[in-house]
Amino acid sequence: MALSWYLVVSALIFCIGAAGVIVRRNPLVILLCLELMLNAANLALIAFSRMWGGMDGQIFALVVMVVAACEVTVGLGLIVAVFRRRLPIDVDELRELQG
Amino acid sequence: MTTTTWAWLVLAFPLAGTLVNGLGYRRLGGRGAGAIATLAIGLAFACAVGAFLSLQSHGASHRQLVSSLWDYALTAGVDAKLSILVDPLSVYLALVVTGVSTLIHLYSVAYMRSDRGNARYFAYLNFFVFSMLVLVWAGNFLLLIVGWAFVGAASYLLISFWYRRGTATRAGIKAFVINVVGDVGLVLGTFFILRHTGTLDFLSTFKQVDGGAFDAHHGALVAGCLLLLVGAFAKSAQIPLHTWLPDAMEGPTPVSALIHAATMVTAGVYLIARMHPLFEHAPAAADVGAIVGCATLLIAGTIGLAMTDIKRVIAYSTMSQIGYMIMAVSAGAYAAGLFHLMTHAFFKALLFMAAGSIIGAMAGNQSLDRMGGFRKAMPFTFGCFVVGGLALSGVPPFSGFFSKDEILATVGARGGWFDALYVLGYVGAFLTAVYTWRMIFRAFLGEPCPEARELEHGHLAHADVPTNPATGEEEDTDVGFPGPEHVIAERAPQMKVAMGVLAVLATVGGFVQVPFVDDYVTKFLDPTFADSKYVHLQPSDSLITFGLVLGTVIALAGIALAHRIWVARPGSAAAWRTRFGAAYALFAGKWFFDEALDLLFVRPAAAFGAFAQRTFERVVVEGALVDGTTGVVRAGSQAVRAIQTGLLRYYAALLLMGGVGVVLYFLVVAS
Repeated sequence: MALSWYLVVSALIFCIGAAGVIVRRNPLVILLCLELMLNAANLALIAFSRMWGGMDGQIFALVVMVVAACEVTVGLGLIVAVFRRRLPIDVDELRELQG
Repeated sequence: MTTTTWAWLVLAFPLAGTLVNGLGYRRLGGRGAGAIATLAIGLAFACAVGAFLSLQSHGASHRQLVSSLWDYALTAGVDAKLSILVDPLSVYLALVVTGVSTLIHLYSVAYMRSDRGNARYFAYLNFFVFSMLVLVWAGNFLLLIVGWAFVGAASYLLISFWYRRGTATRAGIKAFVINVVGDVGLVLGTFFILRHTGTLDFLSTFKQVDGGAFDAHHGALVAGCLLLLVGAFAKSAQIPLHTWLPDAMEGPTPVSALIHAATMVTAGVYLIARMHPLFEHAPAAADVGAIVGCATLLIAGTIGLAMTDIKRVIAYSTMSQIGYMIMAVSAGAYAAGLFHLMTHAFFKALLFMAAGSIIGAMAGNQSLDRMGGFRKAMPFTFGCFVVGGLALSGVPPFSGFFSKDEILATVGARGGWFDALYVLGYVGAFLTAVYTWRMIFRAFLGEPCPEARELEHGHLAHADVPTNPATGEEEDTDVGFPGPEHVIAERAPQMKVAMGVLAVLATVGGFVQVPFVDDYVTKFLDPTFADSKYVHLQPSDSLITFGLVLGTVIALAGIALAHRIWVARPGSAAAWRTRFGAAYALFAGKWFFDEALDLLFVRPAAAFGAFAQRTFERVVVEGALVDGTTGVVRAGSQAVRAIQTGLLRYYAALLLMGGVGVVLYFLVVAS
């Protein structure tokens, strides 16, 4: 199969993820969408890696997964903390850093 | 060891003493610190003797040795090195400084023993001697300036040693500020000279000056020498930069002895003697020095007549004697001036020490008005004071007689208008005898004061509440104030030893250079001054003989007058005061130099400061610079704050758009 198919899928997933991050207000969903964006990037990396026949892209994808795991841990921790304080689970309401 | 190694050791010991006392003050008790400090200076003296002996083994034309530890900077026009110059002049000064300082340290061990902060005191004292030695050994202008400034800083520390005493701290600040004026003069003078010689080293500077480096720039040389004189005047307390010296009496008495006898005030004399090749090429500057020295010796003498604080009388006497020395070295009588520097160091240190002993007996009070009749109670102090007084007023065969007469005879030999200085010098000698013996008669003769009476019965006076002798404010005896004990020489062997040695030196110190008999000082210093154009300046035999007789007569006449006023006819002093009311007011007001300087410099500076504060500081600095900057930042942040909505999704969208923008840019660029 041609490389472009993989890239098209990757771009689609990325766009869906980005749109979700911007549109949705539930932080859980935003985290999921972030995950989508990261995995879209992983897909592209692995596709390119196959095309060149090297392993660099795959190693890169592995690293991205590690980072994604960390990010999810922190993000979920934040959400739990927000929930414990009985604050609204809505990123639009959490705007105390307003200038 | 080589001569220069000895010289470096002379520097090393006081520095080591400073560091040990300064860093280890918590471990060291008072006695330990005193012993270490005295030992350090004693060893420095021993090394100075070593340098002296080893210098003598060199041939007469090879007695100018330079040694450099390392170079700071060597570029075109500047050669900054840590170098010392060991020649007869610096060895002579080092001997006087370390010798007298050793005795003063020994005296301090007893005198300051009950003072809290003893280790600090000795650390400062050692630092002072170290600074003075740096100044003396300095082989180039750079090190000279360093030593010069160190001495000023050390004097500040010591004058305001009793730092909780307001008068002492003010006196320290005054001394420091006036000394900085001198430092500025010295530095600027150095620049004037450096500009045309391109070297900081003394010997090469002198060589260049003799070689005609300033033939086309004579004005620069005169200006440079005048600026050097400003430095010398400030350090040596010459008019009009002398006002710090009497105030410096606020420091402990041994400090007064150190500053006013052995070290600091002689720095100006040393500077002029050291720079004699420059001054001989700039006779105008040298003449200024001679005239100012002469004016100082007269004015200080007259003020000494009217002071009632015993230490201030001696302080003005120091000014007056330094005036003689400045006059001598400026007029080309180098050996005579330096000879007087040595004898003065002996008898003036002795007088200060004896005065310290009386002040101890008076429980800290320094007023001559309260003193009287200490002769029986303190025979040793009395003896020392009389020896010092005889030497100071120039009675043969005491040391001051020979040195002062040599100065005046040599100045007289210059002829021309120097004859006026010669005559005024003898007027000054008469004043010296009067004020010295006024002090002695008032303190030791007459009706014994209560303290003296008590002391005769074996009780040392002790104030119930310690007070500041100058203002009468109540004090305690904790750190920052004088300690609880008062010490007199009769009961402190260390003080007795120090004073005894100095008394002997003050008596016989003049015999090293007796007219028609010997001239060891001149001979020893000859290699330094061999190139001087005044080297053959010799008073005629008749002038010397006339001077010796005249000096004796004048000294005895002064003593007789003092005896007549203050002993033979008690109460006649008041009659004299009323008869010469205007003159007395002038003398007692110290010729109003303090007021004049205040009016000329302090007040205009303060007014200008207030004006600048009102206009420049408030409007330009605060208004335009500070408020302007904060205003710009405030307005800028006001504008940027609008972006900070706190909406997470908004930030994410911005980020995404930014990313897309970057990608698009690269796509466009790549295609």
